[in-house]
Amino acid sequence: MKPFAYHQPDQIPDAAKLLTSIEDSKLVAGGMTLIPTLKQRLASPVALVDLSKLGSLKGITDDGATITIGAMTPHAVVAASELVQTKIPGLAALASMIGDPAVRSRGTIGGSVANNDPAADYPAGVLGLGAIIVTSTREIAADKFFLGLFETALEPGEIITAIRFPVPLKAGYSKFKAPASRYALVGVFVAKFADGVRVAVTGAGPGVFRVPPMEVALSENFDPSAIAAIKIDNDGLTSDIHAEADYRAHLVTVMAKRAVDAALS
Amino acid sequence: MQISFTLNGRPTTVDVEPATLVTELLREQLNLTGTHIGCDTSQCGACVVHLNGLPVKSCTLLAPALDGATLLTIEGLQGAPGSNQMHPMQEAFREHHGLQCGFCTPGMLMTAVALATGKPDLTEAEVRHGLEGNICRCTGYQNIVVSVMAGAAAMNAAKGE
Repeated sequence: MKPFAYHQPDQIPDAAKLLTSIEDSKLVAGGMTLIPTLKQRLASPVALVDLSKLGSLKGITDDGATITIGAMTPHAVVAASELVQTKIPGLAALASMIGDPAVRSRGTIGGSVANNDPAADYPAGVLGLGAIIVTSTREIAADKFFLGLFETALEPGEIITAIRFPVPLKAGYSKFKAPASRYALVGVFVAKFADGVRVAVTGAGPGVFRVPPMEVALSENFDPSAIAAIKIDNDGLTSDIHAEADYRAHLVTVMAKRAVDAALS
Repeated sequence: MQISFTLNGRPTTVDVEPATLVTELLREQLNLTGTHIGCDTSQCGACVVHLNGLPVKSCTLLAPALDGATLLTIEGLQGAPGSNQMHPMQEAFREHHGLQCGFCTPGMLMTAVALATGKPDLTEAEVRHGLEGNICRCTGYQNIVVSVMAGAAAMNAAKGE
């Protein structure tokens, strides 16, 4: 690692100010992506702004029709939360599948969503549930937040403070994980609301995306059989040493069926 | 920068560069070499320590994160205080031969203790899932799983007395 200065602000405005006033500074949440990136010298910021002293970013609250998860809440806490397990069990299940126990102790929902890794799990849950990303300056709908490979709608100096999830009637997540990294080769999150179904896919392409034909079919009949014959186009999907685009396209249907099964169980 | 934390029960204050990994701090500055560096890419789990009671990979943890925290390393794992005995999980690994070369063992033990804490009825499936982030390149998982189950039973029996 190259040397860097380290700041631990205890107020959100101070953190935002540090981020905008120091050129080439970076936020660090749990560090589960950033620290490996620093170690490989893929990034060498001059300063890190650590969000861990911002107590207001931690914790999970029940707002009735929604639940709000603070940006610095670790995956292990979401996975073990009785509130999340009761209201959105599919989201608790997703959190329990990220990485391994030690990674889940440190990695945070805000870090995962801000990083927008194309194979990360949380973007599928956030887009699948149509969540709202709450930042230091505004609220952004999930449909407008994820812009592509590691790219989001966040402006320079803007900090995610929480994610607000609408409580669905049913939701489930299923992923086929790359065994070494435990990232999703393909992961599908399915959520059923009173006014329709949302299906979000991670891992398959350069960014998380929805599958409208599956949403229509599942809105009419929320059963795995309703989407068994729906194949997605492999054009634009990822091909790499782990899997060809064809195989990823095939997995989308398989994982979507399993996600519906999980939502129904 | 100066950081203060509780290391294996003792208040500790050290000067560190912010770009110091906890593995480096422990092994090179504090001479606690029980925490091993296997892959150094947060895959293998040989470096697992407990930060505020939770298992974390110390090769992917910056030293400034320790400020104000409580850290437990393999050197701090012990049986009843003052007894000079091994921790029940260490006893179980010895009894059931839960190691071959031993390189992964410190991390296995720290993960196992975190996994078994407060969980008297761990199933074999839970143990195997719980050890997902710890790799044994001797591939001696069978005895490790047996050891963790025995250690979990012993830890929780000791608590129940």
